[in-house]
Amino acid sequence: MEIFGIPSALLGSQLLIGLINGSFYAILSLGLAIIFGLLNIINFAHGAQYMMGAFIAWLALTKFGINYWVALIATPIIVGAFGVLLERTMLRKLYKLDHLYGLLLTFGIALIIEGIFRDQFGISGQSYDVPELLSGGVNLGFMFLPIYRGWIIVAALTVCFGTWFMIERTKLGAYLRAGTENSQMVQALGINVPLLITFTYGYGVALAAFAGVLAAPVFQVNPLMGSHLIIVVFAVVVIGGMGSIMGSIVTGLGLGLIEGLTKVFYPEASSVIVFVIMVIVLLVRPAGLFGKA
Amino acid sequence: MLDKKLLTVACAAVFATLSAGAQAQYSGNVVKIGVLTDLSGTYSDLAGSGAVLATEMAIADFIAKEKPAFKIEMVSSDHQNKADIAANKAREWFEREGVDTATELVTTSTALAVMKIAKEKDRIALINGAASTPITNEQCNDVSVHYTYDTYALSNGTAKAVTQQGGKTWFFLTADYAFGHALEKDATAVITANGGKVLGSVAHPFPGSDFSSFLLQAQASGAQVIGLANAGADTTNAIKQAAEFGITPKQSLAGLLMFITDVHSLGLKPTQGMYLTTGFYWDRNDETRAWAKRFFDKQKRMPTMVQAGQYSSIYHYLEAVKAAGTDDTMKVMAAMKKAPINDFFAKNGVIRADGRMVHDMYLVQVKKPADSKYPWDYYTIRQTIPADQAFQPLSESRCPLVKK
Repeated sequence: MEIFGIPSALLGSQLLIGLINGSFYAILSLGLAIIFGLLNIINFAHGAQYMMGAFIAWLALTKFGINYWVALIATPIIVGAFGVLLERTMLRKLYKLDHLYGLLLTFGIALIIEGIFRDQFGISGQSYDVPELLSGGVNLGFMFLPIYRGWIIVAALTVCFGTWFMIERTKLGAYLRAGTENSQMVQALGINVPLLITFTYGYGVALAAFAGVLAAPVFQVNPLMGSHLIIVVFAVVVIGGMGSIMGSIVTGLGLGLIEGLTKVFYPEASSVIVFVIMVIVLLVRPAGLFGKA
Repeated sequence: MLDKKLLTVACAAVFATLSAGAQAQYSGNVVKIGVLTDLSGTYSDLAGSGAVLATEMAIADFIAKEKPAFKIEMVSSDHQNKADIAANKAREWFEREGVDTATELVTTSTALAVMKIAKEKDRIALINGAASTPITNEQCNDVSVHYTYDTYALSNGTAKAVTQQGGKTWFFLTADYAFGHALEKDATAVITANGGKVLGSVAHPFPGSDFSSFLLQAQASGAQVIGLANAGADTTNAIKQAAEFGITPKQSLAGLLMFITDVHSLGLKPTQGMYLTTGFYWDRNDETRAWAKRFFDKQKRMPTMVQAGQYSSIYHYLEAVKAAGTDDTMKVMAAMKKAPINDFFAKNGVIRADGRMVHDMYLVQVKKPADSKYPWDYYTIRQTIPADQAFQPLSESRCPLVKK
């Protein structure tokens, strides 16, 4: 059977791959959205923090023999702690200033981090093997799906919806949301808003690192792996609506699918399609699909 | 008394220096080599600081062995793979810093830009990292040498060997820019000439990271061989993901532009059995091993063909300067073209009228993990492609300098 001249099996596999890539977009844009929502900081270091996640997992495995599963938990904590340090020592001073300052600072930090890793590990990248438990694949009839790719969808969606639940349905989340709306009032009620902000930034950074560990066995672990991805992720956040939690998750997955289809119908445009959609969305709904105008 | 003696010695020294300067024909009394390369980007492992080191080694070896009457200096700079940056730096070097030759020049756009300025300023461009064939065809000039390799030699070597060994049907994953399309075109010509057939190709955005969509399209084509007409991280990611999706070893991969650093970064598991063409492999003979070990001691990596070629080209350039007794561009170019190149890198290498240095190339196959006995033991040399077959013949040249 063919759909638009493309065998349906090929189309099915492309949609699935689109969903896998969409999972990365979702988890990365979610982190950005949370940080922007509460801190009003456009975290340009997100790509570098994603790369740090992948590199630390690789270092842990090759230098200390720490396996994938431990790294999946420990790495986000380590990189998240690095984020906390960054927030406490530098970002904190910029909250009252224009967005542009935060953007420039985090962009500078990204360049420094990438420079250090490039200097230490070179540019060709490092290989991280798929963990034993998730190696191999299953034949779905229309495609051969590596088990690890399936795991990416499961892990990413679990973390994304877990985060959404925490922010939208728990007391801590309520504080967070209240803090974004009116931080002075929340502070007056006895809640430590600066601590909340630090925690939020650390969590957003940890999400990036988590995505990095997930990506390590799939892509070459390379100092520039985040800088290529981050631009697309920013477009995802803009399309979804800056600061919208559910918006960033749904948009991430949706754009992954659309990008996947573009790779079959007109591959040359697959790196541009997200930006074309961004332009259209900005013209029609300037606040983004899920953003509040 | 002692003071007087000292004064005499000092005077003699000054006189000696002055007279040496007056006799020799070296601009600024020094031969100055500029290494213009990618020190921070995608190509910094295959060229980069390793190319700077190779240049330093060549200069030190030349001084130790030849004891030249002239002074040699080296400067280096990061061109960030951008033609405008490369052009500005080369202009500055040539105009203000008395640089005699700009070398290395990875990425075609930077090489072409610097070649033009070299011609304008009457200096030399020694190209090692850049790969495209226009350097010695449409854009050729008489002050430039393309030394190590080019896309013709690579696609010719790899595509020919793979097709002849039974890989008759091909599908290309092509980086969607001039270089990728040129590579695909060159390879397609070789494949059809050898009785093979290209079933299709997909142009992927550059740079990409997820190649699974494109690989599945290649898989659906049923082609025996998937040709990778891309480079660097695109190639390594595609190879890694082909293994992940079980595409290899059922279908085989052919990397049309791969370096030993790519194999090193991927490891042998996903790359085993692949064919590729190279101008240099460190473990080929005692001579290459001896040089590569010296390089490794300093760089902690084995040299790529670009870095080995950089050493060889710099040494050859310095020999030519010595033979010509001057750093005058046209005289040095004549000396470089006159003398054959014989070192660990090339045997009887010759620089042709179009600027192409022709030398033997090697078709290698990546070893199985079990066959690799020590670090960097990656290749088995399957075939030595003789110089006259490895590169584009002069009869096909589109360079105006070639008289037909």
